[in-house]
Amino acid sequence: MNWSGKRIITCIAALGILLLAGCGGHQQSVIDPGGPLAGRTAGLWWFFFWLLTAIFIAVLALTLWTLTRRHRGIEQESLEVTHLPSEQTESKLTRVVAVATIATVVILFILLIGSVVAGKANADLGSRAKNAMVIDLTGNQWWWQVRYDNPDPRRIVTTANEIHIPIGRPVEIMGRSNDVIHSFWVPNLQGKRDLIPSRVTTNWIEADRPGTFRGQCAEFCGLQHAHMVLWVIAEPEDKFEAWLNAQLRPSVSPTDSVKQRGQQVFLNHECIFCHSIRGTTAAGQVAPDLTHFGSRRGIGANTLPNTFGNLGGWIVDPQRVKPGNHMATVPINAADLQPLLEYLESLK
Amino acid sequence: MRALATIVCCSILLLGACQREKRDLRPSPTRVALFGDAARQSPLRPGGPVEPQPVVTNPYNGSSYAIAQGQRLFNWYNCAGCHSQGGGGIGPPLIKKAWIYGGEPENLFDTIVKGRPNGMPSWGGRIPEYQIWQIIAYVRSLNGEQPKSATPGRSDTIQTNPQTLKSRTSGATK
Repeated sequence: MNWSGKRIITCIAALGILLLAGCGGHQQSVIDPGGPLAGRTAGLWWFFFWLLTAIFIAVLALTLWTLTRRHRGIEQESLEVTHLPSEQTESKLTRVVAVATIATVVILFILLIGSVVAGKANADLGSRAKNAMVIDLTGNQWWWQVRYDNPDPRRIVTTANEIHIPIGRPVEIMGRSNDVIHSFWVPNLQGKRDLIPSRVTTNWIEADRPGTFRGQCAEFCGLQHAHMVLWVIAEPEDKFEAWLNAQLRPSVSPTDSVKQRGQQVFLNHECIFCHSIRGTTAAGQVAPDLTHFGSRRGIGANTLPNTFGNLGGWIVDPQRVKPGNHMATVPINAADLQPLLEYLESLK
Repeated sequence: MRALATIVCCSILLLGACQREKRDLRPSPTRVALFGDAARQSPLRPGGPVEPQPVVTNPYNGSSYAIAQGQRLFNWYNCAGCHSQGGGGIGPPLIKKAWIYGGEPENLFDTIVKGRPNGMPSWGGRIPEYQIWQIIAYVRSLNGEQPKSATPGRSDTIQTNPQTLKSRTSGATK
C-alpha cells in the first residue's frame, strides 16, 4: 500500500471524527458536566488533557528532531571507540537535562495543585450548602434503594434505582450498603464514592441544567454488577416538588376488576415477602419498593425498559434476564399474569 | 510416567471440589407439593409392619452457593426473628442434634412448609420451594451436617464494627 501524505491525512481526519463522536451530549460522561462539581472535574480534566497533549507533542517533535539530525562524526568512528563529548558539549547537555528535570517537577506540581484545588472546592460544598437536601442511598446486590430524608417522617419517600433532584440545589448522598462494597458514580454530576457495609459515606451532587444522567455501580459487587444502573433525573424545582408529592401518596387502589384481580395475585403470591406497596398489606423490606413502580423508567435496576412485555418476562423468569439476581422465580398461572402486569403498571 | 499419573490424580482430586461451587441460577419454580408421608419422623406406624421410608434428598446438599443463599434468606424471611442466628430465642435453637420434629432434610422441609404448633408459621406456598431447600442447606450447616468442603471457613459478609455518625451536615436536618 502506498502511504502517501494525502492518505495519511485522510486517515487521521477519519479517526478524529470518530473520536469527536464521543464528545456529544452524553448521559454518562465526565466531560459533559451537568453541574458545578462535575464542571470543576471536567475543567481539571481538560486542563490535564491540553497540558499533557502539548508535552506529548513537544517530546515527539524533539525525538523526531534528534532522529533526523545528522550526528557529527558517527560515520567516521567505529562503534568500539569510546566517544567522549567535549567539555563544552558536556556542560551544554547538563544544562539541558537540568532544565528538563526542573520543568518536569514544576509541571507535576502545577497538576498536583490544580487537582487539590478542584478536589477541595468540590469537598467544601458541604459547608457552604444552605438549602441542601439529603438522600439516603443504599447499595444492594444488585439495585439501589433511594430514600428522601426529611425531619418530618410523613414526608420520607422511598423509591429505587432512580434519583430525582431539583436543579440548583446541592444534594448530600448518604451512602450505605446492605451486603458488599458498591460504588456510586454519576460521571455527569460528580466523582465516585464507595458504599461500604456498616459505614456511612457522604458525597455531594448538584445539577445546574435539566437532564437525565446515568450512573452505574463502579465497584465490582458480584454476578450482576454490570446490571446495577441508576438514573439521576434533574428537573426544575416545581417539577421536582410535584414528583415528590406524587411519590408521597400511597399506591393507587385499582378500580376495574382486572387490576383488582392483579392486586390479589400480588398479595397472594411470594411477592409480598420481599416487596412493599404502600397502601396494601405488602410490606417486604428487602427488595425495591413498588408503590409507584409504573412511574419508573426501568426494571431490574434499569436492566430493561419498563414495558408490559419486559415486565412479564422479568416476573416469569427473572434469572434469565439477570442470572443470579435475588428475585425469586415464582410460579404464576398464565391467567394471573396479565392482571398482575396491568396492576403493577398502573402504579403511577 | 509417574509424573503423569500424579498430574492425572491431582486433576481428578481438583474436579471433586467442583460440586461445592455449582450454582443453580435458574431453579425450577414448580411446586412439588407437600411430602405427606415421606416426612414421617419414624418408620413405625400403628397396625402394620415397618415400611421402608422413601428417600428424599436435598438437591442443594453440599453446595456452598446454596448454603450462602440460605443464610441470606434466613435473615430476609426473618427466621432470625425467632431462632436468632441458630441459638434460638422465641423459637427453639437450631444448633442442636435433638430435633422436636426430626432433623433430616425431609423433616425440616415438612416443618417449614406446614408450620408447627406454638408459633412456627407455615411457609408452604409463601416462598418458592427451591428457597426452602436452600434454607435447609444452611440450617443443616449449623449442625455440621454439611460436608466440610461446602461450609465456608468465614462469613461471606464483611466483619466491621458499626460506625458512629459524627454529624449530619445537611440543611434538611437543620
